[in-house]
Amino acid sequence: MKLAFKLAYRNLMGAGLRTWLNVIVLSFSFLIIIWMKGIMTGWDHQAKIDMTNWEIGGGQYWQKDYDPYDPFTFSDSHAPVPAELRGEIDKGDAEAVLIAQGSIYPQGRMQSVIIKGINPGQNIFLLPTQKLDTVISDAIPSVIGSLMAGNLKLAIGDRVMIQWRDRGGTFDAAEIYITDIFYANVPAVDQGQIYIPLEKLRSMMSLEDEATILTYRNAEEGRPGYNGWMNKSKAELTKSVDELIKVKSAGISVFYIILILLAMLAIFDTQVLSIFRRQKEIGTYIALGYTRKEVVGLFTVEGTMYSVLAALLSAVYGMPFLAWQAKVGWTMPMDASQFGMAMAQTLYPVYSAGLVISTVLIIMTVTAIVSYYPSRRIAKMNPTEALRGKAQ
Amino acid sequence: MENSTIIRIEKLVKKFPMGKGEFTALNGIDLTVGRGEFAGLIGPSGSGKTTLLNVVGSLDVPSSGSVTVLDHSIGELSAKEAALLRKQNLGFIFQSYNLFAVHTVYENIEFPLLLLKYGPAERKKMVLEAIEWLGLTDKIRSKPPQLSGGECQRVAIARAMVKKPSLVLADEPTANLDAANSHNILKTMEVLNRELKTTFLFATHDEKVISYLRRKIFLADGKVINDERVTS
Ligand SMILES: Nc1ncnc2c1ncn2[C@@H]1O[C@H](COP(=O)(O)OP(=O)(O)OP(=O)(O)O)[C@@H](O)[C@H]1O
Ligand SMILES: [Mg+2]
Repeated sequence: MKLAFKLAYRNLMGAGLRTWLNVIVLSFSFLIIIWMKGIMTGWDHQAKIDMTNWEIGGGQYWQKDYDPYDPFTFSDSHAPVPAELRGEIDKGDAEAVLIAQGSIYPQGRMQSVIIKGINPGQNIFLLPTQKLDTVISDAIPSVIGSLMAGNLKLAIGDRVMIQWRDRGGTFDAAEIYITDIFYANVPAVDQGQIYIPLEKLRSMMSLEDEATILTYRNAEEGRPGYNGWMNKSKAELTKSVDELIKVKSAGISVFYIILILLAMLAIFDTQVLSIFRRQKEIGTYIALGYTRKEVVGLFTVEGTMYSVLAALLSAVYGMPFLAWQAKVGWTMPMDASQFGMAMAQTLYPVYSAGLVISTVLIIMTVTAIVSYYPSRRIAKMNPTEALRGKAQ
Repeated sequence: MENSTIIRIEKLVKKFPMGKGEFTALNGIDLTVGRGEFAGLIGPSGSGKTTLLNVVGSLDVPSSGSVTVLDHSIGELSAKEAALLRKQNLGFIFQSYNLFAVHTVYENIEFPLLLLKYGPAERKKMVLEAIEWLGLTDKIRSKPPQLSGGECQRVAIARAMVKKPSLVLADEPTANLDAANSHNILKTMEVLNRELKTTFLFATHDEKVISYLRRKIFLADGKVINDERVTS
């Protein structure tokens, strides 16, 4: 086996340009696959971090009737904050958010809107809620996200009417004043929502001391359950991200399957050609004491070695590239906020040893198969005909 | 030693499928070759010389009859056993040299020793020795494409001889060489035959080769028609 590697190496080096073409194509495949997978992992990490920072903190309690996908549940999904949580809230390690459904009237049009009451002094979320901590006569201070601002054509300083129903079902209306517009990578905290001070919303709804969602800062195991509230751990809340990335990854894998196919085609072609062209050499190996099966092994090792060389070459020029990418990231050519899911404009690839090793192993295995397949012909060659260069 | 038998051929028939029928390339050969002989199969093109060498070299099998080489019955060996026989005991020299083009002269000669799993020190000693026999010292680092035909054939002889095999089979070794080179390598082989007691079996129709042979086995149409020993 050691000899086979030595021979394979010599033969490949002797073949020169053709070897390097195959190796370069393969090493591109290695790099692009590792890079793309790295981007996906990086996206997954980034999306989770963004979600943590903007939306879910270390985990949440949802009032038992709350269903984020059904705004009609909002009118019933509120309950008094559990007494046990008060200490944490007072320390700022948990925050209550009250959610109500309402309508907004930008330029006289009507649009539904989710009104979120949030503590202006909170620092669990990156939301600029401190901008809510201001008194404006005859209007409610409010912050919105950039997507929402874009949709409604609102700017800082604009005033707009909102309407809501209080707990008794009575319609009421007031003007809000946009004190800030934030940019978040998490559309879920932006689209269709306005943020106003928690106490203001509570009094508007006559829901003193009540909340829809309670978010805690630290993701710790074994949080207590509260009657009437569902504990949603961080892992549970970010599961959708993993699933989404999985789907996206599957979509992208078409690209690398094509890439691998191209590389494999090149190797297959080289193998077929060399088995045809190197008959005399094959015959000589046999005359010198190889069995035909051993020659098959030799050619398989030789073909597989393309992927070994490619891995080495990739390490040489690829590691600096991958490291550089991890540092500067990859900035998407289109506007990430149009994606409709948590996605930063610049994604930083994250590579793991597992990713690199599995990519190398998969490509090596495929290369070995592709090299073995045409080499099997050698086992059927007549050595005397191979020596004359006349084997079929 | 000269008298012990190294090749024993009895009633050897070799047929090749041809079209719908068969072609008989060897038609009842009876022959024994003793250890240390310097013998040649001589005959016109198509007489079966190469076919016979191939069977003796365990690269092909008899259709009927028996061929025993170094006490191994060629037709009955498994692929592995035949490979082992070639690896340990047989050397081949071809008309077109069949060197490994991407290996250096040294590496080409070293190859059979790698197959036999000799250690590095021993390999080096044996390769350098073979290089000296063949006068290739200044070509060690060259690769076959940089060598003349005569030099290539000397490398091929060194590769065949380096493991000191019992039997060397040489098929038209001078066919691509000029007279001077032919005589040169023939003399070398004659010396190796004498000093290492290696048995040589040639296939040739080259007068220059024939003039060196101590035994001339004439073939025609797959049969031995004459078998002469040179007594000097
Ligand atoms: N694999 C084969 N299939 C069919 N016929 C073959 C095969 N090998 C050899 N022959 C035939 O057997 C006969 C003997 O061939 P062989 O090569 O042994 O001749 P040779 O004496 O070595 O001739 P030359 O001097 O031209 O090398 C020839 O007629 C050849 O065509
Ligand atoms: Mg011949």
